Amino acid sequence: MRTLRGAAAFVGVADDASPTGELELHGRALEAAMIEAALADAGLSISDVDGVCHANNSMALAEYLGIHPRFTDSTSTGGSSFEVHAEHAAAAIAAGLADVVVSVYGSTPQGDRRRSASERGGGRGFMMAGPNPQAEWEMPYGLRQPMGPYAMAATRHMAQFGTTPEQLAQIAVSTRAWATMNPKARHRDPITVDDVLSSPLQCSPLHLLDCCLVTDGAGAWVMTSAERAAELAKPPVYVLGAGTCHDHQMISQMPDLTTTAGVISGTNAFAMAGVKPDDVDLLMGYDSFTITALLHLEDLGFCPKGEGGRFVEDGRTGPGGSLPMNTNGGGLSYTHPGMYGMFLIVEAVRQLRGEAGARQLESPEIAVAHGSGGVLSCMSTLVLGTEATR
Amino acid sequence: MTTPAAAPTRPQPPEDETSRPFWEATRTRRLLYQWCTVCDQPVFFPRDVCPGCLGSTLEWRESSGQGTVYTFSNVHRPQMPNFALPAPYTVALIELAEGVRLMSNVVNCDPEQVRVGMAVKVTWERLDDGRHLPQFEPA
Repeated sequence: MRTLRGAAAFVGVADDASPTGELELHGRALEAAMIEAALADAGLSISDVDGVCHANNSMALAEYLGIHPRFTDSTSTGGSSFEVHAEHAAAAIAAGLADVVVSVYGSTPQGDRRRSASERGGGRGFMMAGPNPQAEWEMPYGLRQPMGPYAMAATRHMAQFGTTPEQLAQIAVSTRAWATMNPKARHRDPITVDDVLSSPLQCSPLHLLDCCLVTDGAGAWVMTSAERAAELAKPPVYVLGAGTCHDHQMISQMPDLTTTAGVISGTNAFAMAGVKPDDVDLLMGYDSFTITALLHLEDLGFCPKGEGGRFVEDGRTGPGGSLPMNTNGGGLSYTHPGMYGMFLIVEAVRQLRGEAGARQLESPEIAVAHGSGGVLSCMSTLVLGTEATR
Repeated sequence: MTTPAAAPTRPQPPEDETSRPFWEATRTRRLLYQWCTVCDQPVFFPRDVCPGCLGSTLEWRESSGQGTVYTFSNVHRPQMPNFALPAPYTVALIELAEGVRLMSNVVNCDPEQVRVGMAVKVTWERLDDGRHLPQFEPA
């Protein structure tokens, strides 16, 4: 039995309060000051930090601090959030997912009341400090969310690498071909590239059929130890590798709109699993939009950067292709209730167990479930395998 | 009886004491960004501390207002009814000559003519409260 005992230790702390009941700093400035003080206490610097915990939004905090963490935790359980973060961070450190993790909290209800008279609009929440930079730096410009940021990535990819609307459309076509074999899919009629290109333009260059559905949907998974799994009813599907990274929250802060943090999450997950993209029998890659799936193919190493369009154009990711992708019909044709990542795992497990019905692949052994959160912001990669791969 | 159509509008940017120098400068149509004197690098959006070193070593500098289109999307189906610009309109990420990237609109240009890498310069849209919103047009 693995244990966390002795695997991690607190090495730096900081706090601040005042007899007046009011602090001079607030918001992110206060959080940054606490982090700096705790790091100084530990003899570490911000560049050592590769894990970030925040009880509201670890993506926004990391963006503000310029950190691209490989471990992130926004667990919010009220007053106990920071003990839960410590538990998670210890587990992450024990497992090699992170080396230096920070958790921070700052809240200034007294000062907020005084300041609220002079603030224009951007009021701070009572529970959690922090500005809303998107309201200030993005929302005035009328970009449709969340589609617009993905459209901007597609525009840039086309300009930089010559990717075409037809190549993006092929992803929707191949995914729909899989959906025809999923009795629960929202859309089951085959489509053509022309169908995609003649569907209404939403945010250029994305057409309606380049975009995921808006549907009801639900799912769940259960995980246990390998020892206990061996005693249960179904063949275990093992987590062989895992990796996470986010490099922005707002699209205007994304370092490179044609390269996602999936490069980091994927590299780490594959290294942990000891497998290569060539070994993968099924890619479940979050397809919020056609461009999303294309970026995953490149960033996870299934093809070189910039080659995604040519990689998919002959239907390679569809039925009979060499890299089956999104065999349930994906967010584009099966279902997309908002946070679709659950369905990536469910389909990968079903395929590895041989339970996928008409769309069942022939004896797959390794699957990748690659989630994408925010606006190409947070990438999380799972490499899953059958008993034979363990 | 008909109801007069509401005037086109857009979400007004909030500000706080950190970003106030930026917005105050827009009253006189000046575009500011921050510079960390320790890291010797520009910072945008405005922060209290430098994202490179966490130091309070940020100073305000004025941008030339010159830049290029890093990427863009023409919004054909807007989310906001009655948005200030008629669809299709261009939302872009602009790379300023000084090395920071910000979201804005490209105006005074047919959306079909906007290109990645196109040279643009700042122009200003007056907000209700006397501040101005940076917009960009072909240079």
